[in-house]
Amino acid sequence: MRVTFTVNGREQVADDVWEGESLLFVLRERLGLLGAKNACEQGECGSCTVYLDGLPVCACLVAAGQAQGRRVRTVEGLAGADGLAPVQRAFAECGAVQCGFCTPGLLVQADDLITRVPEPSDAEIREALAGNLCRCTGYEKILDAVRRAAELKAARR
Amino acid sequence: MTTTRAPGDVAAPGRGGVGDSALRPDGTLKVTGEFAYASDLWIDGTLFGATLRSPYARARIRAIDLGPALAVPGVEAVLTHEDVPGRRLYGLDHADQPVLAIGEVRHQGEPVALVAADHPETARRAMERIAIDWEVLEPITDARAVVADPDRLRVQERGGIVRHQPVRVGDVASARARAEVVVSGDFSVGIQDQAFLGPESGLAVPAEDGGVDLFVATQWLWGDLRQIAPCLGLPEDKVRMTLAGVGGAFGGREDLSMQIHAGMLALRTGRPVRIVYNRYESFFGHVHRHPAQMRYEYGATRDGRIVYATAEIVLDGGAYTSSTPNVVANAASLGLGPYEIPNLEIDAYGVYTNNPPCGAMRGFGAVQACFAYESMMDRLGAACGLGPVEIRRINAAGQGSKLATGQVIDSPAPLAEMLTRLEAMPLPPPPDRTDLRNLPGGVSQATHGEGVVRGVGYGVGLKNICFSEGFDDYSTARVRLEVAAGEPTVVVHTAAAEVGQGLVTLQAQIARTELGVDRVTVAPADDRIGDAGSSSASRQSYMTGGAVRAACAAVRDEVLALARTRLGAGDDLSLAGGKVVSASAGAVATIADVLGDRTVEHTREYHHRPTVPMDPVTGQGDTHVQLALCVHRAVVDVDVELGLVKVVELAAVQDVGKIMNRLSLEGQIHGGSAQGLGLALMEEIVVQDGLVRNPSFTDYLIPTILDTPPQRLEILERPDPRAPYGLRGAGEPPTLSSTPAIVAAVRAATGRPLNRVPIRPEDLCRRCS
Ligand code: FES
Ligand code: FES
Repeated sequence: MRVTFTVNGREQVADDVWEGESLLFVLRERLGLLGAKNACEQGECGSCTVYLDGLPVCACLVAAGQAQGRRVRTVEGLAGADGLAPVQRAFAECGAVQCGFCTPGLLVQADDLITRVPEPSDAEIREALAGNLCRCTGYEKILDAVRRAAELKAARR
Repeated sequence: MTTTRAPGDVAAPGRGGVGDSALRPDGTLKVTGEFAYASDLWIDGTLFGATLRSPYARARIRAIDLGPALAVPGVEAVLTHEDVPGRRLYGLDHADQPVLAIGEVRHQGEPVALVAADHPETARRAMERIAIDWEVLEPITDARAVVADPDRLRVQERGGIVRHQPVRVGDVASARARAEVVVSGDFSVGIQDQAFLGPESGLAVPAEDGGVDLFVATQWLWGDLRQIAPCLGLPEDKVRMTLAGVGGAFGGREDLSMQIHAGMLALRTGRPVRIVYNRYESFFGHVHRHPAQMRYEYGATRDGRIVYATAEIVLDGGAYTSSTPNVVANAASLGLGPYEIPNLEIDAYGVYTNNPPCGAMRGFGAVQACFAYESMMDRLGAACGLGPVEIRRINAAGQGSKLATGQVIDSPAPLAEMLTRLEAMPLPPPPDRTDLRNLPGGVSQATHGEGVVRGVGYGVGLKNICFSEGFDDYSTARVRLEVAAGEPTVVVHTAAAEVGQGLVTLQAQIARTELGVDRVTVAPADDRIGDAGSSSASRQSYMTGGAVRAACAAVRDEVLALARTRLGAGDDLSLAGGKVVSASAGAVATIADVLGDRTVEHTREYHHRPTVPMDPVTGQGDTHVQLALCVHRAVVDVDVELGLVKVVELAAVQDVGKIMNRLSLEGQIHGGSAQGLGLALMEEIVVQDGLVRNPSFTDYLIPTILDTPPQRLEILERPDPRAPYGLRGAGEPPTLSSTPAIVAAVRAATGRPLNRVPIRPEDLCRRCS
């Protein structure tokens, strides 16, 4: 089948998509957008998190066909004309990235959080990121990074 | 060759020498999604490789019919052990693991056949059509039974025991007669998985010279190469290894996974082949932490001084040797921890079974024993009427003390001081019960505070740094200094694996400090330079750090010699801030001017001090290069009605000799502690009759951000004069000590014995038992 949808503001067409393919597979293997990661492909780790029509979803749980005609934004689409997004800067600066395999998904999820909640409490950060596994950091620096990202974002407003 | 993605140089811009919290040079690539992990590599025309694995723990293969699989359109190759071009067995030190099963399988998930196809789904369908006639056999799964009867219970021809390492010091029998207090216990540890997030993956590209280029996520390029080349029937120079982006490792990438398989498929099809495991396959694709069964007995004087200790430690290695012999050595030599014990008997065994294969995982043989000896310390303290800190302080080893092996600790080991500092750290306030998120069970509303009890516990861990027992795990570094665009620029090249721990950052920091240059690039790790050893045993800061420093020193010497000849300057020169600086006259020239268009390049090997194997009868010997300590305090809230635990805080004191980069060091301690938390409370590969019951992140739980508490750290710097910059390896010790601290805290809250990790709810709740 053919799937047509918008990714990071650009219309994309994927041809010869097999019905069983996930949005994650199409992004990674057919469109070459390898930012979203494939740590479990079962909806358990959040490493594949992308925005679908503005809401964070696990791209591994979305059938490619479900993306037809919709808007997808991936980690590759977080940075703007003014450089890295606040979450990206903060993660890099706060030591929230080690192996980085969890990072793309965490960035999308954290970006969504600080967009909805400008000054999240630690409890709110933990709740929002509860679906994103990180095996390297023990999450302390990730909490630092999300607090910092909220500050950076507020400073840009 | 047009790779759309390949590992590239990471330029490390800006400042940040040794001791600074320099930022990761690959950080920007990682936050933009551009960093090329092994599972992201792609070349036009690449085939998808897949692995057919055994569904049984032990079985004979009577016949395999590949015909139906080969007939599937889109399938390019189906291979079995008969297609292995070279040696059919491989292994880290002892080659006993078949590349593909030869007539029989010895564990569930053992690779049997390979498929290369144009789509992963095609490959999956083809695998379904491989017809195997199995004769299923009764698996050997009881490690203790193997120790008792190793000749009968054989998974391997050579017998049931991989290694038995005794340690004998003093006279236990007469000390036992003198002891005023005796405590004993049986402890066990379940199988823990590394659960790195980036699945095993890589790309093999056939080359025109008949060789193959491999881009893989590994901990040890040269260790891989030495196993891969003979199996592919190629000389080592025809197998070219490049490190692809690694999504975490924690020991799980020390053994091979898909490397030889992808190489075989690429050589056979003449096309690039990529293999990417999914999470289910990953649980079968790498070795795990050895499960352990342990029996301990301590005798002491009434005032808490240990007079003797005995320990029996049985480690189940699964079907193949892997690193079990070295895991046994760690369990034996570190099996009683950092305490002074005059009389002791330790017997550590590693055995073969048909359970999942086990090998390296962060903490490597020291983790299991640590849970037992720390549980024993608490038990002994209670029997003597002493608190957990006091009993440890009374028996604490320090610089000058002897380990169980007789090796004298010859650099700082400030255990007693660390415990005192840990105890002095402020405790967290009681939970704010108005917010359910602070209580065990959280927003699932398991409790509103009723039945919640707080507990505090302590744990101490002792880990060896670098490879032990006579292994010369040297590292090699090449450093080049030249002028680019008017600025002095350094390129550092090693074969050392960056697995997330921050080694690329550290290499750049060292080059900046040693050469006084800002612009440093770390070239991709590959085998065009000599061995760097494995990214394991907390050894890369020490070993590759040492090699980079040595190569930098050689480069610096040449530049300074050049400066003296060209400028007629004196002997008091050094490099700083891009300049040649004279102690007497200040800056005398820029490095750029001294170099001109010259390139200065040096390669150096760095070796640690020699060690010896443990004596096979007494276990004595100077077997370790360096030792490292971490101590933890855990505070938990337990819902004793439902058996739910919330870890409220972890506090740690660790001595690292020298803080090379505080930001990444803290990250290592946080992450290592969280893995210890996982082992204490949730992580276990559940095995029944040799079969894994929970190979997914749905059923194998690792700590989420809700499970992982705030961590309070105090980091000491007591330099080891033998180590580069005085540093002490730091990645593993926190993984040891957090587990027993958490278990002790849960014991304090519940009064339960808790002799097994991970703790299960049924071990805790009043109503379940
Ligand atoms: S890959 Fe989608 S949730 Fe893990
Ligand atoms: S940084 Fe490695 S999984 Fe999060």
